[in-house]
Amino acid sequence: MSGSHVDLQADRVAPPRPQPPLGLLAEVTHRCPLRCTYCSNPLQLDPKSVELDTETWKRVFSEAAELGVIHLHMSGGEPTARRDIVELMRHAAEVGLYTNLITSGIGVSDAQLDALIEAGCDHIQLSMQGADAAITEAVGGYRGGYDKKQAFADAVVARGVPLTLNAVIHRMNIHQVPAMIDKAVAFGAKRLEIAHTQYYGWALKNRAQLMPARADVDRTIDEVESARERLKGTLVIDAVFPDYYARYPKLCNGGWGTRTFSVTPSGKILPCHAAETITHLDFWNVRDRSLAETWYDGPAFNAYRGTGWMQEPCASCERKTVDYGGCRCQALALTGDAAATDPVCIKSPRHAELGALATMEAAVCDPGPAVYRGFRIGQETERR
Amino acid sequence: MDRPNAIADETVPALPRGVKFREDKARSRFVLLGPERIFEADAIATEILKRVDGKASFKAILTDLTQTFTADEATIRPDVEAFLTDLANKQMVSL
Ligand code: SF4
Ligand code: SF4
Repeated sequence: MSGSHVDLQADRVAPPRPQPPLGLLAEVTHRCPLRCTYCSNPLQLDPKSVELDTETWKRVFSEAAELGVIHLHMSGGEPTARRDIVELMRHAAEVGLYTNLITSGIGVSDAQLDALIEAGCDHIQLSMQGADAAITEAVGGYRGGYDKKQAFADAVVARGVPLTLNAVIHRMNIHQVPAMIDKAVAFGAKRLEIAHTQYYGWALKNRAQLMPARADVDRTIDEVESARERLKGTLVIDAVFPDYYARYPKLCNGGWGTRTFSVTPSGKILPCHAAETITHLDFWNVRDRSLAETWYDGPAFNAYRGTGWMQEPCASCERKTVDYGGCRCQALALTGDAAATDPVCIKSPRHAELGALATMEAAVCDPGPAVYRGFRIGQETERR
Repeated sequence: MDRPNAIADETVPALPRGVKFREDKARSRFVLLGPERIFEADAIATEILKRVDGKASFKAILTDLTQTFTADEATIRPDVEAFLTDLANKQMVSL
């Protein structure tokens, strides 16, 4: 760390000792049969060779339960791409974690699904790329994906496990929001997440291809509202709207290092799954640190905890404990300074520029091909 | 549609698939969990939920509560009904 950083730290009020975390996002692998252009995995994906082994993941889950984690989100990549996924699931359930499997549904056989459920999987979250085969396959970059997802949803519902569908919304599928809501009902899902793309990782790289027009966003807000009313008791709809068009930033997961954290396939312990983009932070690894010491004392966790790190306009803002200055990853990506005010905020000097940028990108008729995610940057397949 | 508050004596309240009631040792409390949901149970809620095992009828739960806490059934019944009905509306309990 540079000298100037140390000086800044000296003036700071120490961040308050946090409560134990409630949720762990375990990215057990980055391998995935899909290649979504909005993937929130980092551009530099972890190859299989650096993934944590079975015993280490089991230790991580034991430590998480001990530390106070309630919900475990078993994610990736595609978590079922790991041969030991059933063993990991069983261990997580045994140590008392509430287990949520976040899957693309591709390549999960009925036998594997049965084994996962028998091992203690409490809930399944299936990604949905579109309401029909054409969009689903164009977005995910995987032919035949739509039918497989449908079959997987049917298999989950037939086994009585609660199913949530997660639809990431962007320019290519925003016109299908009502159809996706109908699909979720037809699939027998209990919950639907309508999550507008958040721009980091692959999504930031593909922002011009993904950014929807403001009018389309406004329309989906109304569509979601009326569907919620109509489907009360049948389907719960949770929605996240895109923040480039907002006035104030979102509260990041309850605040940095406040409620949840992530562990990457290679064992890095991150305050948020996109935090690796903030390259000056020192991330500890489960290979040599416990989750507890990292959560309470890890430098990356304490870097943006509380309000002591803030600059103006956040430092003297009345909303500073409402949104904690917004997203650190977005502040870095868009302003070059991770401690800056999230430029989504109307008080940020960059706010107007951001709205204009989004409007401009969304107005381009043909934004060109998006980059599908892949293991080696520069070797991704480019396709419409 | 929200259901009316009254619960029949023979109804057997249960936790639906995907909903769990467990101790949260790190925070010294009991919690009712669903996907993406944590409902913190206070002392009374904990006593009620401990008895929701998918076997005991509503009447049996009431009787158990009145005996354990030497309370009057007529007094506690509306509270227990309201509590379980509210959770049922949130799909955290099935009635
Ligand atoms: S100035 Fe900072 S704290 Fe205030 S609303 Fe904007 S982002 Fe939030
Ligand atoms: S810092 Fe930003 S990217 Fe990271 S979790 Fe928070 S909102 Fe998301």
